[in-house]
Amino acid sequence: MKGLAALFAALVLPTAVLAQTPAPPLQIPYTQFTLPNGLHVILHEDHTVPLAYVNLLYDVGSARERPGRTGFAHLFEHLMFMGSKNAKYGVFDQSLEAVGGTNNASTSNDVTNYWIMVPVNALELALFLESDRMGYQLEVMTPQTVDAQRDVVKNERRERIENTPYGSAEITLEEMLYPPGHPYHWPVIGYMDDLTAASYDDVVAFFQKYYAPSNASLVVAGDIDAAATRKLVEKWFSDVKAGPPPEPITIPGVALTGVQTRTITDSVPLPRLYLAWLTPRHLEPGDSALDVAANVLSGGKSSRLYKRLVYDMQIAQDVSAYQLSRNLSSYFLIEATPRPGHTIDEIQKVIDEELGKLRSEPPSAHEVQRAINEYEASFYDGLERLGGQHGGKADQMNAYYLKTGDPDWFNEDLARYRSLSPSDIRAAVEAFLPAGRRVELTVAPEPASNNQQR
Amino acid sequence: MRIRYLLTGVLLGVVTLGAQAPDRSKLPTPGSAPTLKLPAIQKRQLSNGLPVWIVELHEVPVVQVNLVVSSGSADDPAGKYGVASMTADMLENGAGARSALDIADAIDFLGASLATSSGSDSTAVRLHVPVGRLTDALPIMADVALRPAFPKDELERLRQERLTTILQARNDPAAIVGLTFSRVVYGTSHRFGTAIMGTAQTIKALTIDDLRAFYASRYRPDNATLLVVGDVTPDKVLPVLESQFGKWKSQGAAPAHVTFPEPRASGPREVILVDKPGAPQSQIRIGWVGVPRSTPDYFPLQVMNTVLGGSFTSRLNMNLRENHGYTYGAASVFDMRIAAGPFYATAGVQTDKTADALKEFLNELNGILQVIPEDELTRAKHYVALGFPERFETTGDISTNLENLVVYHLPDDHFSKYVQNILGVTAADAQRVARKYILPDRVAVVVVGDLKSIEPPIRAVSLGAVRILTIDEIFGPPPR
Repeated sequence: MKGLAALFAALVLPTAVLAQTPAPPLQIPYTQFTLPNGLHVILHEDHTVPLAYVNLLYDVGSARERPGRTGFAHLFEHLMFMGSKNAKYGVFDQSLEAVGGTNNASTSNDVTNYWIMVPVNALELALFLESDRMGYQLEVMTPQTVDAQRDVVKNERRERIENTPYGSAEITLEEMLYPPGHPYHWPVIGYMDDLTAASYDDVVAFFQKYYAPSNASLVVAGDIDAAATRKLVEKWFSDVKAGPPPEPITIPGVALTGVQTRTITDSVPLPRLYLAWLTPRHLEPGDSALDVAANVLSGGKSSRLYKRLVYDMQIAQDVSAYQLSRNLSSYFLIEATPRPGHTIDEIQKVIDEELGKLRSEPPSAHEVQRAINEYEASFYDGLERLGGQHGGKADQMNAYYLKTGDPDWFNEDLARYRSLSPSDIRAAVEAFLPAGRRVELTVAPEPASNNQQR
Repeated sequence: MRIRYLLTGVLLGVVTLGAQAPDRSKLPTPGSAPTLKLPAIQKRQLSNGLPVWIVELHEVPVVQVNLVVSSGSADDPAGKYGVASMTADMLENGAGARSALDIADAIDFLGASLATSSGSDSTAVRLHVPVGRLTDALPIMADVALRPAFPKDELERLRQERLTTILQARNDPAAIVGLTFSRVVYGTSHRFGTAIMGTAQTIKALTIDDLRAFYASRYRPDNATLLVVGDVTPDKVLPVLESQFGKWKSQGAAPAHVTFPEPRASGPREVILVDKPGAPQSQIRIGWVGVPRSTPDYFPLQVMNTVLGGSFTSRLNMNLRENHGYTYGAASVFDMRIAAGPFYATAGVQTDKTADALKEFLNELNGILQVIPEDELTRAKHYVALGFPERFETTGDISTNLENLVVYHLPDDHFSKYVQNILGVTAADAQRVARKYILPDRVAVVVVGDLKSIEPPIRAVSLGAVRILTIDEIFGPPPR
């Protein structure tokens, strides 16, 4: 056993050297054009499997809502499935399933995304359905339609937030990070009272304001012929009426001035600690360095916080750190759950020690290279899929276009990570994760929670 | 001002084009469905007899390598529930000369992922790596799969982690409903009545010797298959695999799967309630023992279940979500394993509509016993058959399909005949399997919710005898 082990140890040594071999540059071929009504279209051929994928991104998210009508962008996303003039309620899902297609949509603070995956022979059906609800949705919308999805969305909120352990922590956290009136103060899913208040008139106004073709970007990808697909897109989307551009969104200044502390309760047996800082917006200087800092802190078993809290000391069940990159403001989050018999204070002390070390001393070159290698590999993994429930390259191309004007921004994005040095990571942690300006939220077990006593 | 003028010019262009608006009065008709060129499975073996299946996929420079062991938690010896999954979890926590941290660091540095996991019927060590780093990652994978060290302190660490997971699950409605349903349907003497990770009692009792014994009897080349999918060719990859896995040997007779007593017979219908005070939703799971993966009714069941609760437009989802707004989503599942796994219909519904929702569930379980109208049947068949290419998009997708071929001994032409087998299902087939396996009068109805609100209305709708279970009766005594 021993001899064998030694032999394998010797075989392993070249690993680190070989891993430095640079990966080939990423290049995603595409064509693009803009229709006279303002709809931007990106086409990408990939003949791996006989599928066509349609991804439509509207440049509107919950940040465009107003207090009193929170959750509306997401409720509206549900209403987009309730039928349009030439594809009445039911036709959208039924006709897509009948050709072997799948579809879904999602809403974030910044954007709303609709996707359809079909066998390539049904591409025109997908384009018809997507164009009909872009152009002719209001004509069949009624107050009853709004009511039907209002109940569904309220149940989505109950399922994701109220009936999920720690489900409401993120909502409280964002309320603490952003002052009332800031577009990120309220949750994407919205408040129950606001969902109740949403009216048919709100629907009409929202559609007219944010669902014009010039406020959207369409990617068609897969086993397609780009020239023929262009003709199909022109056929189905050209008659959608142009609309005025929405007023530019203002980016409100926001800053934490000290430490804000709060404790809320939930039906959970163990408390959980959340530490959060306001950080640079998506793609701004510091954004990618904080991604790497998160990886150094909690990416994998040998990361600093995981190793100390979970592996060595075994005083935490889990720990994770993320940079949540968004358009108007990002935040950096560390969350950790103490093991039974241990406390939030013990955990917080260790986290602060580790942050202190990263503020004063750069991480090792090995830690930074490890994070960069992981990012690089994740870019390749993303290329394996067109899109859909787990995302993919077409989704990424659309997001890149909206953000940078260039659908093939993969190399530039990766360069944000490859160019980082250990001292960049230290500088970002010092600048953006100060001990004295942050939010500290604890979710504590309810006194009468339905836990191990029963 | 200037910009506004220019925009007006653009708008005029649109009006012109708008005159040629397409005919929207009927849906575009799809052309004939494309045929999926199924990737060829190139079957080889190493000098020790370990089968190697290779599928080439050259679109992206990545590769997936899965070592599948055809034993899982269903093979846990009685009294040692959880040993298969603990053995799997321990593999990457010390192997060969490497410590748990060395393994994690080396794999992360390669931009690879290495995961070990154990299901009911199989265990897999799965490596995903950029193809340029395959030769660096394989020796680590081989150590993990072939030379686990089973360090004692790592077992203690994972033991505490699992006990804490159970403590948390005891409060999570989604976890409670899943385990309660399994426990009610399969009882304590059948392996499927207990969670894959075991109970607090069995986890506390596991020893290093238990893990070593399970490993020695199950992890062997005559009970395993190596699956390779990605940007490789057999000529190049086989020598590397031979050097890493070719000296692995089997000793003694090959293991057989543990067999179970028949699950107890179903019915009469019973309602099992679990209290979750204050819950805004009730978690519902309704069903009974379903079928093994080897069922000859596999294809009719896929179609029938798609109509019942296997797609967005399925009857359960349309009824409970779209028509009534009781839930965010309702579905039904035939969970097929080597032994007969469960069938269930499920949703999270708002607390004040729980009893109403249960009635609608039963309406649909009864409704599916009638002949399915032709258009609805055709839609379901097309949804399953024509959507087939989506399951072959990535190295991970394809390796999952290969794992199923291996673990369930499916015929080589399973995938090439899949589409025609689905399209061949008739309304009579679907009705026959519905009547055979959906037993609305004999199912267990499990509800986890706020009893003070839901119990009186549920009793009032008289679905069957009502029994209340405590968290301890479901999970066993608390972990500590």
